[in-house]
Amino acid sequence: MEAIKNRYEFVYLFDVENGNPNGDPDAGNMPRMDAETSHGLVTDVSIKRKIRNFVEIVHKDQAPFCIYVKEKAILTKQQEKAYIALKDEGNDNPTIENARDWMCKNFYDVRTFGAVMSLKEFNCGQVRGPVQINFAKSIDPIMPNELSITRMAVATEAEAKKQKGDNRTIGKKALIHYGLYRTEGYISAHFAQNTGFNEDDLQMLWMALINMYDHDHSAARGKMNARRLIVFKHDGMLGNAPAHKLFDLVKVIRKDDGLPPRSFDQYEVRIERDRLPDGVELMEML
Amino acid sequence: MSYGVKLKVWGERACFTRPEMKVERVSYDVMTPSAARAVIEAIYWKPSIRWVVERIHVLKPIRFENIRRNELESKLSKNMVVKAMRDGRSPVEIFIEDKRQQRAAMVLRDVAYVIEAHFEAVEQDGLNEGKHLDIFNRRLAKGQCFYQPYLGTREFSAHFEPIDEIPASPLSGERDLGWMLYDMNYSDPGHIRPKFFHAKMINGVVHIPHPDSAEVRQ
Repeated sequence: MEAIKNRYEFVYLFDVENGNPNGDPDAGNMPRMDAETSHGLVTDVSIKRKIRNFVEIVHKDQAPFCIYVKEKAILTKQQEKAYIALKDEGNDNPTIENARDWMCKNFYDVRTFGAVMSLKEFNCGQVRGPVQINFAKSIDPIMPNELSITRMAVATEAEAKKQKGDNRTIGKKALIHYGLYRTEGYISAHFAQNTGFNEDDLQMLWMALINMYDHDHSAARGKMNARRLIVFKHDGMLGNAPAHKLFDLVKVIRKDDGLPPRSFDQYEVRIERDRLPDGVELMEML
Repeated sequence: MSYGVKLKVWGERACFTRPEMKVERVSYDVMTPSAARAVIEAIYWKPSIRWVVERIHVLKPIRFENIRRNELESKLSKNMVVKAMRDGRSPVEIFIEDKRQQRAAMVLRDVAYVIEAHFEAVEQDGLNEGKHLDIFNRRLAKGQCFYQPYLGTREFSAHFEPIDEIPASPLSGERDLGWMLYDMNYSDPGHIRPKFFHAKMINGVVHIPHPDSAEVRQ
């Protein structure tokens, strides 16, 4: 299958209800914040992690949709992987290029996001993937809340002795009551040629963005949902409009109800279709 | 003889990593010539020309922010891949839980620059100045690019547009930025070396010496 031939940009909105979308290791795992504006942040790598996990669930880590950077939590490891044999079987000494191509062919995350392969003296084993994602930022400032919770058990005998059989531990949970986050991404058709990122891979990416939070539930996350995925498709590889102008067409407006934001209904997503430049198609995937 | 181009680039964050602080990344105060070149090359480049950055105008005050992320500690080794290619069974995988490193990064906030540059011919085709200049300016005006340019690292993408009048920088006075990465010398692919220059910012403008000048050391 051929690599994609169009440049894309996308605007992705997701929200969180009573949860922590992305903890900050520097702040005791409180939700990440921009200290200057109090807007919430979700890093690019957090979003990519969810995409990888979703693809791993859907394709069960089978070529060509293997995932290279894995999380243990959802590992379904098969010892006997059906790898696609290398075409030129007589290759006794594969070059770094051969290895790179083989990785691209078999691993979805390498094809999509790129990967760095190391070599001591000739370090060019790098793949730059076509998909580039920015940090996600909340539309409104967020108010992180730290809740104390109790556990009716203790971890060690020493603790039990100390508490004279009361056996309780206090823990903390950081969350925000509501946050609507927006991120933007880019897909370069030129880099897609390099890694072989094709139409199936693209559809997989959209599917992952739409569904990934439904497969990432945990005690910390609360209720997270993908809300909108708006895709701009250029009718060529180079594109027909600056990315920032396309992103500006999607406005997320807070309804003026005088209440703190607590649900997606309090926002309106306005798309200024009449200002869409020629040669760019707008698709609402979600 | 060569013609110059200028463009405005801006973004919410940037990280032009200092090579001496790569593990816990710390950004330079301003964009490096190599990052500026990479932004231009993302829009247009051909092997027959080379882009030479002349000046970088800093249009916004220099502000930093700290971000800590979970990163991988190791890269994929070629041997691991080769083994799997041969036997079709060996796993090729990294578990983020086992190989996790939390790294902080000191990144720049809310940046905007104007890059002034020109190109020089490397091969015969590069002498066709009008062609390259027109293609570059056409792409710049239409927002076309090979891939979205970025400000040091790919998660900090750059927006770009043409600019006629270069606005005055809010930064005044002279600042010595010390020795700064100029670019990498790729002439020997087996031995890529960094080049440095002594950067000074005067009223928000960093003048970049020509790559062949004695001011650029390696």
